[in-house]
Amino acid sequence: MKDLNEDQVERSANLKGMGCSRKRVEDARFTQGKGNYVDDVKLPGMLHGDFVRSPYAHARIKSIDTSKAMALDGVIAVLTAADLAPLNLHWMPTLAGDKQMVLADGKVLFQGQEVAFVVAKDRFIAADAVELVEVDYEELPVIVNPFEALESDVVLREDIADQKEGAHGPRKHHNHIFTWEAGEEAATNDVIDNAEVVATETMYYHRTHPCPLETCGSVASMDKVNGKLTVWGTFQAPHVVRTVASLLSGIEEHNIRVISPDIGGGFGNKVGVYPGYVCSIVASIVTGKPVKWIEDRMENLMSTAFARDYWMTGKIAATKDGKITGLHCHVTADHGAFDACADPTKFPAGFMNICTGSYDIPTAYLAVDGVYTNKAPGGVSYRCSFRVTEAVYFIERMIEVLAIELNMDAAELRRINFIKKDQFPYQSALGWEYDSGDYHTAWDKALKAVDYEGLRKEQAERVEAFKRGETRSIMGIGLTFFTEIVGAGPVKNCDILGMGMFDSCEIRIHPTGSAIARLGTISQGQGHATTFAQILASEIGLPADSITIEEGDTDTAPYGLGTYGSRSTPVAGAATALAGRKIRAKAQMIAAYLLEVHDDDLEWDIDRFVVKGAPERFKTMKEIAYAAYNQAIPGVEPGLEAVSYYDPPNMTYPFGAYVCVMDIDVDTGVQTIRRFYALDDCGTRINPMIIEGQVHGGLTEALAVALGQEIAYDDMGNVKTGTLMDFFLPTAWEVPNYETDHTVTPSPHHPIGAKGVGESPHVGGVPCFSNAVNDAFRAFGNRHTHMPHDHWRIWQTANKLGLHG
Amino acid sequence: MIPASFDYHRPSDMDGVIALLNEHGDDARVLAGGHSLIPMMKLRMAEVPHLIDLQAVDSLRGISINGSRVTIGAMVTQHDIINHAELAKVAPIMRETSLQIADPQVRYMGTVGGNVANGDPGNDMPGLMQCLDATLHLVGPDGTREVAARDYYEAAYVTAREEDEVLTAISFDALSGGYSYEKQKRKIGDYATAAAAVTIQTSGGKVSSASIAMTNLSDVPVWSEAAANAIIGTACDADAVKAAVNAMLDDIDPTEDNRGPVAFKRHVAGIILTRAITRAWDRA
Ligand SMILES: Cc1cc2nc3c(=O)[nH]c(=O)nc-3n(C[C@H](O)[C@H](O)[C@H](O)COP(=O)(O)OP(=O)(O)OC[C@H]3O[C@@H](n4cnc5c(N)ncnc54)[C@H](O)[C@@H]3O)c2cc1C
Repeated sequence: MKDLNEDQVERSANLKGMGCSRKRVEDARFTQGKGNYVDDVKLPGMLHGDFVRSPYAHARIKSIDTSKAMALDGVIAVLTAADLAPLNLHWMPTLAGDKQMVLADGKVLFQGQEVAFVVAKDRFIAADAVELVEVDYEELPVIVNPFEALESDVVLREDIADQKEGAHGPRKHHNHIFTWEAGEEAATNDVIDNAEVVATETMYYHRTHPCPLETCGSVASMDKVNGKLTVWGTFQAPHVVRTVASLLSGIEEHNIRVISPDIGGGFGNKVGVYPGYVCSIVASIVTGKPVKWIEDRMENLMSTAFARDYWMTGKIAATKDGKITGLHCHVTADHGAFDACADPTKFPAGFMNICTGSYDIPTAYLAVDGVYTNKAPGGVSYRCSFRVTEAVYFIERMIEVLAIELNMDAAELRRINFIKKDQFPYQSALGWEYDSGDYHTAWDKALKAVDYEGLRKEQAERVEAFKRGETRSIMGIGLTFFTEIVGAGPVKNCDILGMGMFDSCEIRIHPTGSAIARLGTISQGQGHATTFAQILASEIGLPADSITIEEGDTDTAPYGLGTYGSRSTPVAGAATALAGRKIRAKAQMIAAYLLEVHDDDLEWDIDRFVVKGAPERFKTMKEIAYAAYNQAIPGVEPGLEAVSYYDPPNMTYPFGAYVCVMDIDVDTGVQTIRRFYALDDCGTRINPMIIEGQVHGGLTEALAVALGQEIAYDDMGNVKTGTLMDFFLPTAWEVPNYETDHTVTPSPHHPIGAKGVGESPHVGGVPCFSNAVNDAFRAFGNRHTHMPHDHWRIWQTANKLGLHG
Repeated sequence: MIPASFDYHRPSDMDGVIALLNEHGDDARVLAGGHSLIPMMKLRMAEVPHLIDLQAVDSLRGISINGSRVTIGAMVTQHDIINHAELAKVAPIMRETSLQIADPQVRYMGTVGGNVANGDPGNDMPGLMQCLDATLHLVGPDGTREVAARDYYEAAYVTAREEDEVLTAISFDALSGGYSYEKQKRKIGDYATAAAAVTIQTSGGKVSSASIAMTNLSDVPVWSEAAANAIIGTACDADAVKAAVNAMLDDIDPTEDNRGPVAFKRHVAGIILTRAITRAWDRA
């Protein structure tokens, strides 16, 4: 790029375009309590729904008596499966090709399952009526362990007991859902059998939950006069919800309007369709009144989509000097009662096959077995692209275990196995084409920033001091180098319920030089209204402050697949840039007319078209916008609008290098994070401040998951962590200071080279915190301990290693 | 998380409170800061048809210090305690403990009375009251009476207080000397995995008197006389502290929960007590 002159610098700064740490335009309303969330939607005559939920994890329902509830003043209706059956809505399809009960049909399969839906005049009456619904249960044997499920005679899903074939191929057992494979099994086994060194480990990535601050909810309003159904809801993918609602209800799609208003965090929890949404819609259709359903915190934690719950066994083969030759991974995936994972249709284990990580591993094989248990359904991507957190955790733990096996430094082991810069685009053994990367540069920068060698020296001294009895504190150095796969995705292999995973942007330039752009995505706190305006500002030369970004209303926004899997910038961001370029192309024709030159005689200059070689002759975008509406230009339609639907040619592959330094009190199991360094490479950086905010948030959720956040069940299938007292949601108190850093390796196939960053810190952070804990105990003989690393589990590790004397 | 419906009363003096308790019997309960009671009502684990709010009863507020005698009204909040300069001088352990209770938002509302009266084994104040040998002042239809904190707790949520009695204040003698409230918790806003309250008086380089109480390691707070005796007459050397820990371990009876298994809790209780004694000794 040419150096800009002073005037250009100033004009460029005025745009607040890409690269500017523009303040978030959303925050004015959020920080003043002026957000508009689903629960803020209040309509005249609105009724309130609440669920009767199962106290049991597995039970047959012998009868449901709603008479006492119906007798309560203010109760309008109590819906059960029997009421939904005639509409064929007592079950609904899941995103994973399975089906799920909307209301318990004959039995319940997890604690907290929706059994009946009470509709009342207010929320309080509804809650009282829930207590009055009498359900007669006959308890059945409970299975909460997926390995036990695969051995057990107990049939969890009686509705499909005889189906030998599921949505993703053969089922091996009545509690088995699918086997999904990638790579070459025989070749991988061969490599492992003949390897100089093989490290094997089994790791449990525990069940957790995205726990967004705002729980799930919906308001459905059926207008019986004009036949229109409007649904406000906590939807990460409003258009898909509209399509599904239409297919399920038979209401034509143009008569359904789905609105995602402000959303208070999603993190994957709000991708799927929940019984509450369906019931509020049915109740509104039945009563002709608007019906609101809002979950409370305990309902959110125990019944809406969980994340993870993967048992992963790895074998990693290498030469004696540390060159990795093969990787074998088997996963037993606990999906709970229904397979309601939110993954692209053809990927029942998401992108778990990114599990070769950042390393040049020539041969690999992955198999995932999905299993039913008596736990809540879900399996969503909690702040990560589809199962990428699991994949990265797996490989980053396997690398550490291999380093132990080889008696080698784990940083060095990573370095000698990284995919090299000149190998990109890189074809992975499990089927992906990594777009771009420069791992060695990032790694060296990170290690230098933290003085890695100095840390290792200090750690060794600490071990000696510990052994001499001079301290009870040991030190862990957590390393992670992650590669994500985000931006789903190419329509050729990614769809949700048949909808290709493109995304879209539609722009209208107003006559006075401001604009509105609408997208098929929906912000849940990511700051789309800020960053997408910046992309456009740079593309079309109007100030970001003059561009409104609107999302979430299916009546106005172009069709899109929504926001999750860090796909908004890679897909909708690309659509935005391309729609902007269409605007610019038309603007160039208008400018040429106004300046009486040929199109080709003009060049773009930040916010204007300038006649080549005559810089004093130009038309600004503002002038062009006005002309588009007030001049009759031969051969050019009036107006200045553009639409772009973008089908990405490939995913994008952000990466990063993280280091965590942790001190552990072996007597109490209390850890303290002394330092956390995070280098992220998300390609072109649109708004550095927002990136930093995303990194802080993602790391904090990573800390939560690694150090304590868990949905735990007892043997009876009771949720043990159903409130925020026991479900760990960190506050400023628990969070360390984060040091952020970056390199920039643009995506070669993305119009602006951006890769997506919202999920990287979570994906990279979890293994980094976990590796720090595991590393602290390495000198004392530890190979691997499972997350979450809360006090008692850390203490237990110390205890097993004999560190308590 | 929606409570059953209830009637709300807000009397302005103790007579009004007692009258309402008399009138409604078991159906009534007093409400202080509400940070234990309201969650229970929302979970429908407590049904309280008549809620008697104590917020308007001024006589329950105030901290008075008379020589070494400290009296704290039942409606004094943990936040009030933290910010009372004179109390912090004469009984700094009150402030040290309060700072480790919950989080600032809870502490603005949570009261001494609610914390002490309830008999929740997770609460930090009951152990502290036992450590300080505090007196609980109760008032009921038959007038006032006093109960020693060390005699008050019978089982989880079962105390010497009658249903129609209200705690009006706690009082104790603030002894100078070393003190420490040591607590391990999983995160801010959490109840103790293990906590220890220790006070130590010395003379001639030795412990002359001491008091030790533990929190959340049994269904009641545990005042361990034997643990205190183990350090009296010593200079809190390693053997004495170990003996105190062993004595304490005989007195506690923790149960497994999400904070961890029993073996872990017992180990941590020992570590926490060791640290608390060490710190109290250093401050003595
Ligand atoms: C998230 C959270 C974390 C917490 N963490 C801690 C912690 O770490 N340590 C800790 O000690 N506490 C903790 N608490 C409790 C809090 O500190 C309060 O002290 C506690 O709720 C009791 O005080 P209250 O005023 O809120 O009582 P309320 O909830 O109003 O009352 C509690 C009970 O005591 C009864 N009661 C109240 N006042 C009187 C009285 N004067 N006479 C007779 N009976 C009375 C009530 O009827 C009720 O049964 C926590 C609370 C929350 C919500």
